[in-house]
Formats: sequence, structure tokens, C-alpha cells
Amino acid sequence: MAEEKKKKKLCIIVSKGTLDAAYPPLILASTAASMDWEVHLFFTFYGLDIINKKKNKSLKVAPIANPAMPMPVPNIIGMLPGMTAMATMMMKRMMKKGNVPSIEELINMCREMGVRFYGCQMTMDVMGISEEDLIPVDACLGAAGYLDIASDADVNLFI
Amino acid sequence: MVEADEVLDTSGLSCPMPVLKAKKAMEKLSPGKVLKIIATDRGSVGDIPAWAKNNGYELIDRGEENGKFIFYVKKPE
Repeated sequence: MAEEKKKKKLCIIVSKGTLDAAYPPLILASTAASMDWEVHLFFTFYGLDIINKKKNKSLKVAPIANPAMPMPVPNIIGMLPGMTAMATMMMKRMMKKGNVPSIEELINMCREMGVRFYGCQMTMDVMGISEEDLIPVDACLGAAGYLDIASDADVNLFI
Repeated sequence: MVEADEVLDTSGLSCPMPVLKAKKAMEKLSPGKVLKIIATDRGSVGDIPAWAKNNGYELIDRGEENGKFIFYVKKPE
């Protein structure tokens, strides 16, 4: 658009790498981008798994210590081998049934619409993750670099 | 009655797909043209007007047809 209105800006720190925690930041990011907002996602700690090529197709949701599962699983059962895989499969099926896009599809749509992705350099160093392990990111940043980007955002979230 | 130049049917799709598809459809639309959006997602009742406002699109009409939500969104000239 030609008008000189400053775009609204959304910045999210994505800190969790479970399947259920990967949805909210990606849904908000893609939606904001579709509303003509400028969007920045900073992936840190386990959140890096969401943009880790080796891991992001196998994000999981664990039934253990998770009383909010649609079908509550007692912790003692949730501990058994295969229960995490089962809960993950159930969640994926539920999302598919509800016509909610997969994490991979959401990432692709975010990228298509110009959402900026950043890896947390410190987490990468500590966990031995290189930039080649990640889907293409705009930059790998430290805390100061992220704060500089986030300092004039209209919406700042930590998920 | 509002005349639509293009129609986008998002029936069956959940948040955030209706607005993502609508954005793509609006980008293809020429200025001054109107997109009719059909949605079944209950969230779209609030989402489409908010989405349109943020994009600077004009929501010129809205309603319900056969239990589906209908929006007419105009791309500015």
C-alpha cells in the first residue's frame, strides 16, 4: 500500500518445542502477517526444535503431567512406552479433522508472507545446533539483538 | 445487493486458514474489486472484520446464507 502508515508489529519469543506449544505462535504469526503486520519470531531453548529440520517433523505432545489432554491419562499410564507417540498421533488426527494446518504448513505460510525467523545464538551454541540444522532463518541473534527488534513492537509475546 | 467480483469459499476450514486464504485472494484482486468470502468457522465472525480493518480493506456487507457466514470485502482503489 502506498500510504505512509507504519505497519503494526508483532514479536514473539517461542520457547517451547512441543506439538501443542508450536501452534499458538505460528497461528498468531501467520494471521498477523495476513493482516499486513510486520512479524518477528525468535526461537529460543526448546522452541528451536520447531525450526530444526531434523526435529520439526516429529514434534510431540506428552500425556504425562498434562491433565488437559482431551482424554485424561493418569501419570502412571502416561509413563509407559508408546504413550507419548499415541498422544501425539491423537492430537495430529484431531487437528487434521478440524482442518487445522500442520506445523510444517504453517511454517511455510509464515515464510511465504514474510514472517521473519530468528534463532537464539546462545541456545544454538549450548545445544550444539548449527545454522545449517535450521530451516532458513533471517539471522541468529542474542538477547540484545532481539530486544532491539522488539522494542518498538505493538504486541510482544512470550510463548 | 452487493456484487462480488470473486468468491472465496473457506467452508470447513478453521482458524487461521480463512484469513490466510482471504489474504492471498485479495492480493490477486485488482483495486476497487470486491471479494465475497464464505466461511463456516465461527471465529471468522470477528476475525474477517478485524483482518479487513488492519489491511485497510473495506467490509461493505456481511450476513448469513444457509448457516454460513458471508463477507463482502473491497480492495481500496
